Amino acid sequence: MDNKDTILKVKDLEVTFDLGGKKKFTAVKNVNFDVYRGETFSLVGESGSGKTTIGRAIIRINPCTDGEIIFEDKKISGKLDKETEQMVKRNIQMVFQDPAASLNERATIEYIIGEGLDNFHLYKDEEDRNAKIDKVLDAVGLLPEHKSRYPHEFSGGQRQRVGIARAMVMGPKLLIADEPISALDVSIRAQVLNLIKKFQKERGLTVIFIAHDLSVVRFISDRIAVIHKGRIVELAETEELFRNSLHPYTKSLLSAVPVPDPKIEKNKKLITYNEDMHDYSVDKPAFHEIKPGHFIWANEKELAEYKKEII
Amino acid sequence: MSENNIILSVKDLEVKFKVRDRVLTAIRNISLDFEQGKTVAIVGESGSGKSVFTKTFTGMLDINGEVTNGSIMFEGQDLAKIKKDKEWEKIRGAKIATVFQDPMTSLNPVRTIGYQISEVIIKHQKKSKSEAKKLAIELMEKVGIHDAANRYDEYPFQYSGGMRQRIVIAIALACHPKILICDEPTTALDVTIQAQIINLIKDLSKEYGFTTIYITHDLGVVANVADMVAVMYAGQIIEYGTVEEVFYDPRHPYTWGLLASLPQLGVKGSELYSIHGTPPSLFEKINGDAFALRSEYAMQIDFEEEPPLFYVTDTHFAKTWLLDERAPKVEPPKIIQNLHERLLATTDKGGRYHG
Repeated sequence: MDNKDTILKVKDLEVTFDLGGKKKFTAVKNVNFDVYRGETFSLVGESGSGKTTIGRAIIRINPCTDGEIIFEDKKISGKLDKETEQMVKRNIQMVFQDPAASLNERATIEYIIGEGLDNFHLYKDEEDRNAKIDKVLDAVGLLPEHKSRYPHEFSGGQRQRVGIARAMVMGPKLLIADEPISALDVSIRAQVLNLIKKFQKERGLTVIFIAHDLSVVRFISDRIAVIHKGRIVELAETEELFRNSLHPYTKSLLSAVPVPDPKIEKNKKLITYNEDMHDYSVDKPAFHEIKPGHFIWANEKELAEYKKEII
Repeated sequence: MSENNIILSVKDLEVKFKVRDRVLTAIRNISLDFEQGKTVAIVGESGSGKSVFTKTFTGMLDINGEVTNGSIMFEGQDLAKIKKDKEWEKIRGAKIATVFQDPMTSLNPVRTIGYQISEVIIKHQKKSKSEAKKLAIELMEKVGIHDAANRYDEYPFQYSGGMRQRIVIAIALACHPKILICDEPTTALDVTIQAQIINLIKDLSKEYGFTTIYITHDLGVVANVADMVAVMYAGQIIEYGTVEEVFYDPRHPYTWGLLASLPQLGVKGSELYSIHGTPPSLFEKINGDAFALRSEYAMQIDFEEEPPLFYVTDTHFAKTWLLDERAPKVEPPKIIQNLHERLLATTDKGGRYHG
């Protein structure tokens, strides 16, 4: 991508949770990345890695304890004036993993999708409001007659469409999709992925895709960040990451993803990752750009070794 | 396939559920033989009946469901005829055990891990408490719990998700079952843990010689574990064969659709293939081929008459009129015609994904 236009900048992000008393848990630390306008940027990691926390920190559900987040040259972390807060809510929307849990089960689809419009008065009159809802319903492949129905009347795939419609009706610039297809059937997954891609093409939407499955992410992402225990251990353009994976954790993750091909799968060797392999007692690690656009968490000694591996 | 190798034989199985005033036919006439020691993977969308099918082997259908036709022969006994819970206790857990998706709900949160394993040993194997404890610790070691003796008295919440699933497997194996049903055993786990659990089940099945029935919707997992694959759609097995036959020479348009929509086969910048529409309602009587409405290959007859099983080889059948000699010759979608070559190009020698 030439002329990289940075829409979101995450700098030294740290998020800690109080566990009661003096105990604290650091979910995310030393996280740095830029997201370019119009791209799909994926955060990949296992449960507990902090990938969702990063997404939630951007959308201000989890407060950052350190570092900052900049959206279109404006700081959006920490305390904000009302105007900036509103700007964030309008321009950054999220789609959640479990469409059943994230939709108000006592509200009709019309209310769920229209709620954001109502809160921000994003319409001229009632007619305009209806038109906006109908348009987004059509875009996600639902029918106008679905408006009066309740979430439980829909299948999982349809509910996720409602979740996407609710986010897209606001006309956001950035969409954070947190495992939007993990709860769905194989045949429905393809439909939802195609839908997100369609919005991106038509509206120049920027997408942060949070997932645990590297093989799914490969198809849709421009760049991928691999997260382990709250840290980005490797970040690169998609094909570069697959071709030149350097960090041992990335390698173990790639080896664990099952390939839907019996001949390959029955002969594959698992690579296991053990954090104790890193000796960071003296030589301290940092986030290095090992080659243009390819970042890795390593110390000087490891960096020298990784450099030899690059094809 | 000689007759004596069959451990479980299902014939003309039909299962119905009463839902309020209506009747839902969840399993529509399935016949399938399970071979001793083999791993059979059952794949299909949610609602296709894969869990219901295997629940009939252990008498675990919900209260509103019943087997309305057919037989399930296991060690000379027809499981479909069992009515009393007392009789089921001799089968369920003892000879046919199940590992479920969510290890937290299968374990009792207020009992220690050790108690839960030895309870099963005491009940089914008539052992004393101290003998049971010894066997339980052995089992814990077998499923890969380090320092088992010390972790015997811990509670489920002190174990990680992967460790808990190992314990569930240990409990399932405590009675040396003949058949182990794994119902999405790794869906709730991370990929690296999933890979370990899959390998564990495979190693144990070799060691103990049990037959594995593996329910999953992840075709990658299927490729790894399965000897045989059964594809289910709308309460029927619409294709069955060895794992190579189903992946490299699929014959049913639904199997084609499942394979073609794999994101791993996706080409950047173009749309992923997807099967349009939704499965038919099982409340209604289905005429013809249940997949006809969603199929690009449907012919007139697909809407009128249910297709029989067409055998492609001794081990491979598909339930589609496309295999009738009068049907026009159609090719599967291009994207899956050379599946192996395509996926080989994205992985290295160790089976890892690369560029």
